Amino acid sequence: MLSRTADNLFWMSRYIERAENLARLLEVGHRLSIMPASADGSEWASTLAIAGCQDAFDREYQTVGAQNVVEFIGIRNDNPYSIPSCLENARSNGRAVRVSLTTAMWQSLNSTWLELHSRRPSAESGAGILDYLDWVKDRSTQFVGATTSTMLRNDAYFFVMMGMLLERADNTARLLDVKYHLLLPEYEDVGGTLDFYQWSALLRAVTANRAYHNLYRGALQPWRIAEMLILRAEVPRSLLSCLVGLTEYLERLSDMYGERKESLRMAKALHADLAYQPAEDIFQRGLHEFLTDFIQRNDRLGRQIQRDYLD
Amino acid sequence: MTKEPFNEMRDGGGAVRDLYRGVQDWLDRTPADVMALKREETELLYRKSGITFAVYGEDGGTERIIPFDVIPRLISAREWELISRGLNQRVKALNMFLCDVYGEQRALDEGIIDPSLVLLNDAYEPQMQGLRVPGGVYTHIAGIDLVRVGPDEFYVLEDNVRTPSGVSYMLENREMVMRLFPDLFRSYAVRPVDHYPEELLSTLVSVAPPAAQGDVTTVVLTPGRYNSAYYEHSFLADEMGVDLVEGRDLFVADNIVYMRTTQGPKRIDVIYRRIDDPYIDPLAFNPDSALGVPGIMTAYRAGNIVLANAVGAGIADDKSVYTYVPDLIRFYLSEEPILNNVPTYRCAEPDGLAFTLDNLKDLVVKEVHGSGGYGMLVGPAATKDEVSAYAERLRADPDQFIAQPTLALSTVPTFVESGVAPRHVDLRPFILVGTETKIVPGGLTRVALEEGSLVVNSSQGGGTKDTWVLNE
Repeated sequence: MLSRTADNLFWMSRYIERAENLARLLEVGHRLSIMPASADGSEWASTLAIAGCQDAFDREYQTVGAQNVVEFIGIRNDNPYSIPSCLENARSNGRAVRVSLTTAMWQSLNSTWLELHSRRPSAESGAGILDYLDWVKDRSTQFVGATTSTMLRNDAYFFVMMGMLLERADNTARLLDVKYHLLLPEYEDVGGTLDFYQWSALLRAVTANRAYHNLYRGALQPWRIAEMLILRAEVPRSLLSCLVGLTEYLERLSDMYGERKESLRMAKALHADLAYQPAEDIFQRGLHEFLTDFIQRNDRLGRQIQRDYLD
Repeated sequence: MTKEPFNEMRDGGGAVRDLYRGVQDWLDRTPADVMALKREETELLYRKSGITFAVYGEDGGTERIIPFDVIPRLISAREWELISRGLNQRVKALNMFLCDVYGEQRALDEGIIDPSLVLLNDAYEPQMQGLRVPGGVYTHIAGIDLVRVGPDEFYVLEDNVRTPSGVSYMLENREMVMRLFPDLFRSYAVRPVDHYPEELLSTLVSVAPPAAQGDVTTVVLTPGRYNSAYYEHSFLADEMGVDLVEGRDLFVADNIVYMRTTQGPKRIDVIYRRIDDPYIDPLAFNPDSALGVPGIMTAYRAGNIVLANAVGAGIADDKSVYTYVPDLIRFYLSEEPILNNVPTYRCAEPDGLAFTLDNLKDLVVKEVHGSGGYGMLVGPAATKDEVSAYAERLRADPDQFIAQPTLALSTVPTFVESGVAPRHVDLRPFILVGTETKIVPGGLTRVALEEGSLVVNSSQGGGTKDTWVLNE
């Protein structure tokens, strides 16, 4: 297939995944900000940090508050880090390769884009913001559903899935990294209800709150949360789970093309490091150091895939 | 020429013609609210599937859908027989003209057409001189615009042999009507059009370069997603099952054209290009073009790639050459033209210019190189100021213009605000030329939605209709 087509497919699904992740982040921010113990607005600062747009935000706003952050990430379309920009980019990448999408995928992308205008709440009141965020998540789920149920399992599909998984791994790792002080309570004041809310919000941000109870059947324990989101292959947003998928699709691509590239080696190395690493080692080495290293390697993997197939 | 327009549905006394009786019954028995709902549904469906076109010079919502009128336009088997014979003849002559212009130039030597009109024309491409293209085919895809003025009177309004567009609407409109009004569709024996993409692919493959090895690799080359016809480019590539490429996806090495794929370079043989000549190769033509492929002209000249349509084909549809087409048919085929030209005044000639200037109020004046309805004057609809401004442009550069009487274009029933009313239409059938010539029975009917308007171009607010060519 055309390299450019593969590139558009890859970025189309990255942007959809990114829009969904931003919606989850805002939802969690909103949830925490209405908790009685929350007054300092630190929730919104960390939302910006996870979304990676703290600097861009600071250039435009004086204060970090619910209204400003929701407007910046959720509503504005002139901010390249926002939900509307992601949906627009996803659609524009999809439109460029209309031929390679199934009708169901294209209609999903296109309807999302067409409805966006009427769904977007006004920045002032913020009323209806939760409905809007639900809608964004629904559209992403619907798109992934359309993709997995209608697309041929060939190279095009592998590129779509790889874009999604790379973005997802990056998001989970950033989320953990920004919240790592919550998960390593020895550095912070422990106890109190706020911690519980924060942990549970963290799980919600990756839709793993039910999964946690299913896997661990007990009270929320910070190191278990970290272990789950890094090392449990059953959890679809864990780092390991993303790497399992990435390795699989790169393997299948190599089989199909009859050529093994550097990106496959990198994915396998990263996969192995996660799969055979005891949780204790990670905590001993330092969660933050581990996550920083992961984010860099994941990013390098993405760029290697770009070099091997998409340029 | 100011006679009553031919009404395709009703005769002079207002009675419904036999052909349209089924349509009338259907209109009578379908309640207005059902019809309104169905029409809303079509708009929604078109938008949802992204069947849009871009309008140049408009900000913001530049993606629009072309208004679609649900009442089909009917063409009887007998009428189609006449039309398709005429199209075959005309396109054959146009193609022979191109072979001749870029070959021996007999028509120029023998004075059939003024050589300076051809050789000094911007659309004439000197780089094509002496180059033999496979099968001698220049006009692989031609769109000929026809208007109807009487029962058996069809005129050719314009030839399009560069990159004619609109065929995706022919196919999508059919899908839409079959989906919305299966009963009406079933009540007529309508000849299918949906094999067009297959015919297009086999046409392109039939004239592949002799150098092509094994399976012929064909692609559609688009300027990209901001082009007004991008939807059509992707639609055709999709339907043919070939790659849709942009200039940056292709490169030339050792006079061979390759596309960049995830598995490395892949050689290609035939390019259905929807990029205009001046942009196709920055080394050979416009050096600023980012749309084209550097070196593709050398590969073309080396015979390693086929471009459809051929570079330089535009000289055959130039509006100043148009006026000579009937003569060219007589010259190359020794036949009388089956489809006639609209009477046309050449402003390049003193008599033509004088007549045009004296009668601007009654004429349609077009730029010789214009297309899409941009830059034309419709005399009867223009204000005094518009007419005098246009007259100045005419005097300044008369060679650039031709004039035609305002034709009484035929009318077809169409949904408008006040109900169903006659509106003016034209017809663009598509002719495919490979080792043989094929015409899918149908075409794009364009309709001027405003009362009395004769401008059917989609860029000027025209709409489209499904066109039914009947079996008998």
